[in-house]
Amino acid sequence: MRELLQVQGLTKTFRLSAKQQKLEKTREKVRVAVDNLSFTAYEGEIFGLLGPNGAGKTTTLRMLATLIRPDSGDAILDGASVVREPEKVRSKIGFLTSELKLEECFTPNYLFDFFSTLHGVPVEVRRQRKEALFARFGIDRYAEVKVADLSTGMKQKVSLVVSIVHDPDIIIFDEPTNGLDVLTARVVTDFLQELRSQGKTIIVSTHIFSLVEKLCDRVGILINGRMVCCDTLDQIRQGESLEDRFFTIYQETAGDGE
Amino acid sequence: MKQNGILAIMRKELARFFSDKRMVVSILLPGVLIYVMYSFMGQAMGSLYGVEEDYVPTVQVVQLPDSVVGLVETGGGLNLLEVDASAVAEAQSAVTDQTLDLLAVFPEDFDRAVAAYTPAGGQPAPNVELYYNAASTASQSAYMLLTSLLDGYEAQLANKFDINAGDKIYDLATEEDTAGTYFASLMPLLLMIFLYSGCVAVAPESIAGEKERGTIATMLITPIRRGDIAIGKILALALIALLSGASSAIGTVLALPKLMGAASDGLSANIYGVQDYLLLAAVILSTVVLLVTLISILSAFAKTVKEAQAYVMPLMILVMVLGVTAMFGGGAKTELWYYLIPLYNSVQCMVGVFSFSTVMAGVATALAANVIYTILGIFVLARMFNSEKIVFSR
Repeated sequence: MRELLQVQGLTKTFRLSAKQQKLEKTREKVRVAVDNLSFTAYEGEIFGLLGPNGAGKTTTLRMLATLIRPDSGDAILDGASVVREPEKVRSKIGFLTSELKLEECFTPNYLFDFFSTLHGVPVEVRRQRKEALFARFGIDRYAEVKVADLSTGMKQKVSLVVSIVHDPDIIIFDEPTNGLDVLTARVVTDFLQELRSQGKTIIVSTHIFSLVEKLCDRVGILINGRMVCCDTLDQIRQGESLEDRFFTIYQETAGDGE
Repeated sequence: MKQNGILAIMRKELARFFSDKRMVVSILLPGVLIYVMYSFMGQAMGSLYGVEEDYVPTVQVVQLPDSVVGLVETGGGLNLLEVDASAVAEAQSAVTDQTLDLLAVFPEDFDRAVAAYTPAGGQPAPNVELYYNAASTASQSAYMLLTSLLDGYEAQLANKFDINAGDKIYDLATEEDTAGTYFASLMPLLLMIFLYSGCVAVAPESIAGEKERGTIATMLITPIRRGDIAIGKILALALIALLSGASSAIGTVLALPKLMGAASDGLSANIYGVQDYLLLAAVILSTVVLLVTLISILSAFAKTVKEAQAYVMPLMILVMVLGVTAMFGGGAKTELWYYLIPLYNSVQCMVGVFSFSTVMAGVATALAANVIYTILGIFVLARMFNSEKIVFSR
């Protein structure tokens, strides 16, 4: 299998404000959010970044999506470096997180066209893709309704569709089912599996064990900014449930950290 | 691809603006408000300083001299009523109560005292006391009328020479010069304020607002260049700001004759030619684009629209102060380096156009300088869009 994503020693630190230092009773001025992270994802697989809140999942994904720059290290996505060729990386990936909002005064139809233009998608391709995706997610009936008037689930579907207007080979998904009802969550997970079967590479971050067990081919467990282990789902589970296994690993690691 | 990106951003900004009726109204409303307000102010000022035409103020006079009776008869406009010296206190309180317009107290034997008086004699001159009430327009105008009658009488008594006594036109300024000076002192300030308000109505909303709503990051993960986003936004915002500025300017031009009342006779913007208007348009265009860029950069530092509006306040004060400078100093500056100072150069160019003292090299310098400042600003804005501290600041 082709290595589509190589993460090499990715590190990101944040400055702590004086207030935060006091609050956390620490004299460190810098907090390491992601610490020398390395992993690989292969073509046609779903890779899960599993970790508790504050482990550095979102920071990692933001670096992969070129929204923030790593302090050191690099990530190569389909041959393009996030440090040296961020624009090239952006054309290869679809990135979706709940932080990325759509402007509420526009309709799904307008937004699809707008983002297609930003991605340089030809008009004819755009039309076909829009038709297929809108039908797939049932957006067609709401195509001319302003985003502000859509339900949360429908908004999420529109966000998803808009993030893949350019049919990217790598899809990065931060907490894909957060805040969604079971029906919409199911639609999203089904779609991710469908994308995998099309040979796409999908990176998801989550703290939900069942989601990882259901979706992921390989998993990296992230604790305090470090990759504690990274392997196929079965290798990590070692016959236990993922949840039990995670707590064992967590106690082993966090125990010597704190 | 590159051009497409800029165009797409521009179209999106314009579509967002025009799809929001409140925004459209908020842009076009200032023009209407200015027209209504100025017209009302003009009317209010007219009625404040004028007394009804046929009203004749009543003046109570103590020891009324014959000479004054004659003066008022020829001059007219006052109703004299002789009273006794003992009624002074009562008359004074009547003036205070605005039931009497004016009280004049002449010294005893005024006419004889005046005839006998010589400035070289060392004695104090005979003194006339006029009690009036500045809070009443009728009293005020009666006071001024009687004062001028008496002044005229005094001058007539000792007439050694006259100034401009003939019927000739002594003010040799052309109508153009007068109107030009007037426009040059007022219009730059008004235009700068209108342009600024137009920019500030849209730019913080588009830059800080997108940050606040979290929609800018959605755009930043597409391969479009940050510079293209900056250019597209600035061009679209400048267009909207121009529209708003035009609305305000039209409101002003229409209301100006009403504001100025009679003083506006011969005050017409027709004195300016096509070339003047073209120059003005070029100056305004470069100013708006620069202003939008500056406000966009300030807004990009802010996390919310509200915060952005606080950040741009100092810029508004600066714009107003620079606009006021147009009221001082005759005509446009001739030294070219003045035209390198952003915003001040716009004011100077406007003064030049309005007062027919345009320094062509200066306008060229200003336009070039503004273009360079704008390009620098776009680079700064693009860099800010690239900065995680700016885009994700909490």
